[in-house]
Amino acid sequence: MSNTYTQDTLVGFFVACGIAALFYMSLQVSNLSSYLDTSNTYTITASFENSGGLKVKSKVSVAGVTVGRVSAIKLDKTRYESIVEMQIDKQFNTLPTDTTASIFTAGLLGEQYISLEPGGSDEYLQDGDAIDITQSAIVLEEVIGQFLFKKASE
Amino acid sequence: MMQIFQYLGASTRSRFAKLGRATFFLLHSLPGLVDVLRRPSLFIRQIYSVGVLSFLLITVSGLFVGMVLALQGYYTLSDFGAEASLGVMIAASLVRELGPVVAALLFAGRAGSALSAEIGLMKTTEQLSGMEMMAVDPIRRVIFPRFLAGIFSMPLLAALFSAVGIMGGHMVGVGMLGVDDGSFWSQMQAGIDFYDDVINGFIKSLVFGFVVTWIALFEGYDAIPTSEGVSRATTRTVVNSAFSVLALDFILTALMFGDI
Amino acid sequence: MDNIVTIKNLVFMRGQRKIFDDISLDIRRGKVTAIMGPSGTGKTTLLKLIGGQLSPQSGSVVVNQQNVHQLKRSELFALRKQMGMLFQSGALLTDIDVYENVAFPLREHTRLSESMIRTLVLMKLQAVGLRGARHLMPSELSGGMARRVALARAIALDPMMIMYDEPFTGQDPISMGALIHLIKALNKTLGLTSIIVSHDVQETAAIADYIYVLSDGKIVGEGTPEQIATSNSEWVQQFMQGKADGPVHFHYPAPDYFDDLMSNQLS
Repeated sequence: MSNTYTQDTLVGFFVACGIAALFYMSLQVSNLSSYLDTSNTYTITASFENSGGLKVKSKVSVAGVTVGRVSAIKLDKTRYESIVEMQIDKQFNTLPTDTTASIFTAGLLGEQYISLEPGGSDEYLQDGDAIDITQSAIVLEEVIGQFLFKKASE
Repeated sequence: MMQIFQYLGASTRSRFAKLGRATFFLLHSLPGLVDVLRRPSLFIRQIYSVGVLSFLLITVSGLFVGMVLALQGYYTLSDFGAEASLGVMIAASLVRELGPVVAALLFAGRAGSALSAEIGLMKTTEQLSGMEMMAVDPIRRVIFPRFLAGIFSMPLLAALFSAVGIMGGHMVGVGMLGVDDGSFWSQMQAGIDFYDDVINGFIKSLVFGFVVTWIALFEGYDAIPTSEGVSRATTRTVVNSAFSVLALDFILTALMFGDI
Repeated sequence: MDNIVTIKNLVFMRGQRKIFDDISLDIRRGKVTAIMGPSGTGKTTLLKLIGGQLSPQSGSVVVNQQNVHQLKRSELFALRKQMGMLFQSGALLTDIDVYENVAFPLREHTRLSESMIRTLVLMKLQAVGLRGARHLMPSELSGGMARRVALARAIALDPMMIMYDEPFTGQDPISMGALIHLIKALNKTLGLTSIIVSHDVQETAAIADYIYVLSDGKIVGEGTPEQIATSNSEWVQQFMQGKADGPVHFHYPAPDYFDDLMSNQLS
């Protein structure tokens, strides 16, 4: 029966390797670890005239450091503005209330993300607060259109 | 002219008939679950021949595919000054596509053809018939444990393929080409989503495992019981599995990642 | 008359070809009955009909008072446990060794302890003289040994009858002798009913109690070996004595030889 025993051992080894690979993919390769601590975030919102190519899960950064992610993008039906909801990591809980939110593009062709620029207020943003000062995404067609219009009027 | 239509009609009909037989075959095997639960050793033996024997092929192939991806990706990305994205490029290609698809194609060639040949030979040498005369249902007893082992092993093999591929990519990208280790991993983790990528890749490999094993077992069982019939069944297994995997990959990708 | 198998008005077609055209025969309990006939007369098909693997177009096969083709699947399986069948190739499972092959039906159908299974397997292997070969794989066995192992497996569940499909084909004289001896001994000591399908005239006639001779889907002769040997049917005489020409012609039906050679048609 030693033959069966060897076989069992090899099967066990194979299954262990496979499961290890799955864990490796989940924890080392993907962002599962950031999902695991969703309780450690707080929500703030910001409304933009135009949120451009921003998507759910786009990153939110302060001075280039990722502090959170976009969790929802909705339309304000009365003011026709885009309301962006984002989850910010609790360890960055000292964002002043007069923080500015802008939508930028990473590089010429990269993804759009939200950049927060802290102001000088002594009070900090709490869970559920809204950012008042925002700068919309730059829509390339609009910029080009304005440029051409200006050139034509000259 | 009439003959062409007759030929097309007959061949379409025979294809449908075959699909019908394959479906009944699948349903017929399901009660085998009882036997597997009662005697897990039946199942473990099959994981050995389906999974363990494919282990080396899958891991070595995965390693090389990851290394090639790193080389190719590096030269393309460095034109845009985006070498730091090498990690995410390798991981995304492997986790979403190459892991499940290439592992399934290799699995069809290694385990699928072996299953077809084994079942076909068992039919040719009257082993299946002999079991029936011993009041043992061969579809329950022989087919189902193999089927289950195929579905079980495929996701593990695909995960191994991707994981080893990423390690191979890391080895070449960071070790040989000098991409920054930190940005390799951080870009990867930022770019690969657990649900969208890892889980979807896992589902893909599960579906591929199901389809490849089903085709392999049915072709073997449906083979004409001669040596020529068995060899043709083996060929058909590899061809049909490869075709089904690639076609299904398109459909699954469209469902998972596309907005169709 | 105690018949274990009764076949009545059996008709079996494969496509348009009639394999059996209204045949009836009885197999008596505890005897060795042989069914003989040239290759391609469907002798193996007959065994598969008795075992319920094939269904006839009409007629009935009754085994031990049960109509095989009207049984439910579970009842058919229960009946099959009482029938052993020895396939021409032996049909041993190639991925397990001799011991496990003989243990196979025991493991599938009983919940005996490992030590009971061991005892039974060794007893059956001893009966066929292969107790020493228990660790060999089927690929390491000669054809005759494989058949003996298959026989040990067929008697593992102590069936009431065994069907032998061409047991003597392709055997050297020694293994042929061993098989003849075994079939006889099992029949006597275990009180088994044996059905032998064969075209090996001498060997079969030596052990059979009763012989049916099949040709073209019909029974052309029946009786004890002595009656068959003295049959006045020309066909039976040709078959039993292996004459090249007789009612079954040496030549496949063809147009006249001379005409065929002279005509230059390419057909």
